[in-house]
Amino acid sequence: MLDFLKLPVAAFQDFLVLSGRALNNVFRAPHYWDDVFQQMDIIGVGGLSIVSLIGFFSGLVITMQMSRSLAEYGAVDQVGPIVMLILVRELGPVLTAVMIAGRTASGIASELGSMKVSEQIDAMRALGTDPIQKLVIPRMIATAVMLPLLTIIADLIGMLGGFLIAYFTLRLPSTEYWTPAYQILEYNDLVQGLLKPFMFAFIISLVGCYYGLQTTGGTQGVGRATTQAVVVACVWIFILDALLGRIFVHMG
Amino acid sequence: MGATNGQQQSVLRFENVSLAFDETIALDRVSFEQKAGETRVVLGQAGSGKTSLLKTAIGLLKPDSGRVWLLGEEITNRSEHDLFPLRSRVGVLFQEGGLFDSLSVGDNVAYPLENQQTGPSIAPDEVERRVVDALSFVELEHTLDKFPGELSGGMRRRVGIARASVTEPPLVLYDSPTAGLDPITANTIVALIAKERDVRDTANLMVTYRYQDGEIMANFRYNPESGHLVHVAAGSNGLSTTFMVMEEGRLVFEGSQKELEESNDPYVTRFVRH
Repeated sequence: MLDFLKLPVAAFQDFLVLSGRALNNVFRAPHYWDDVFQQMDIIGVGGLSIVSLIGFFSGLVITMQMSRSLAEYGAVDQVGPIVMLILVRELGPVLTAVMIAGRTASGIASELGSMKVSEQIDAMRALGTDPIQKLVIPRMIATAVMLPLLTIIADLIGMLGGFLIAYFTLRLPSTEYWTPAYQILEYNDLVQGLLKPFMFAFIISLVGCYYGLQTTGGTQGVGRATTQAVVVACVWIFILDALLGRIFVHMG
Repeated sequence: MGATNGQQQSVLRFENVSLAFDETIALDRVSFEQKAGETRVVLGQAGSGKTSLLKTAIGLLKPDSGRVWLLGEEITNRSEHDLFPLRSRVGVLFQEGGLFDSLSVGDNVAYPLENQQTGPSIAPDEVERRVVDALSFVELEHTLDKFPGELSGGMRRRVGIARASVTEPPLVLYDSPTAGLDPITANTIVALIAKERDVRDTANLMVTYRYQDGEIMANFRYNPESGHLVHVAAGSNGLSTTFMVMEEGRLVFEGSQKELEESNDPYVTRFVRH
């Protein structure tokens, strides 16, 4: 009766096994630091421009939308703190993670998927290398380091985008935008603003690796794995965001 | 050829090995034993379980039941980590070569030397010398800095042979080394495999659907003086080639070339008479 649940449950179990092995082996030799730095470059430096662009426009748009509502209450000077809180708590981490999921989870899934279907993963195992150590862990570490950094950059550039609207359209002096925005931030905001991307990074990298390593069925399978990786990573990002959001709102 | 006692040593042994993927049976109670210095040619059509047999032999696939011994040690339930030392003594050529796209040809061939940690690490100039030697063996020393994507299918297999044999393992496994190649290139590849066998005195397990590949392995030897393969009378050359035929995961034939050619089994004869 519950047969339709078999596949997703089995897939989730396999995903947990892969995640468990990856997390368990993080501190175990051999470490492939060259691969870690190469992945940091691909994920972090490579994703910088798109993340900056998204950050800039989200800050810009939030400020525009907010300014109208705030003007009705004569509270235009509150735009800085509002944009800051929205960006740091929610949009910065989530939008950056979704962008990086689209860019990195798909990249990881297609690269590992191609390696799987052309027997390079088997060759790696046959030649004495554990694919978890060589492929999964470097991508996991690189994403976990780079995603929080990218989020900080997205937050900053988002604030800058908001400032342009506040300054030129709302005629708000720069101190009235930046000072209250800076003052509103609490420890709780900063922790969730950095913890979220850190957690999302594991979802993005491990989901990408999982679908890549599970690929079967030639080039068509690689395409399927790539799509699934992005969709599943995004869904889990939103679910985890809601869970973390609930925890932090209560703490606050 | 190796010492007489070495000939008796088992390099690969399957005992009632079965393996299935969901509903598909890949191996069905397969049993055989391969001795050191022996060549085995496994014939079978696509989906008959040839590749599964080869992957099970080095623990890339775990059997559902039965037992596997590799180089005298049982590997049936070994963990991945514990398999690495044994795998380092086995060379494998995967179907399309299995070369790492992101590494140059030289780095691909150097990979087993640099990553198989079975002893003291090898000095970089020694690695380079052995890589060049291995590539010269397959006459591809000029491709050292190229990437696999720049090579033809036949050249990729040749680099794969160089990578499989660079550590001079006592057992080399070949998965359909001639699949998808034109007949001339295919013969070149098999000639190289025979040369590798005779020069380095290795045991070979070759999985293929082409009977001609097995014929060359069984009846030709590499002559180091002329640098070519020469035909030798079967049975008089110290060569020991055993043919195996697989059908839907079962081993339906095991024996010499003569026995294979005399077989009346309709499936077996399909490979021989064409």
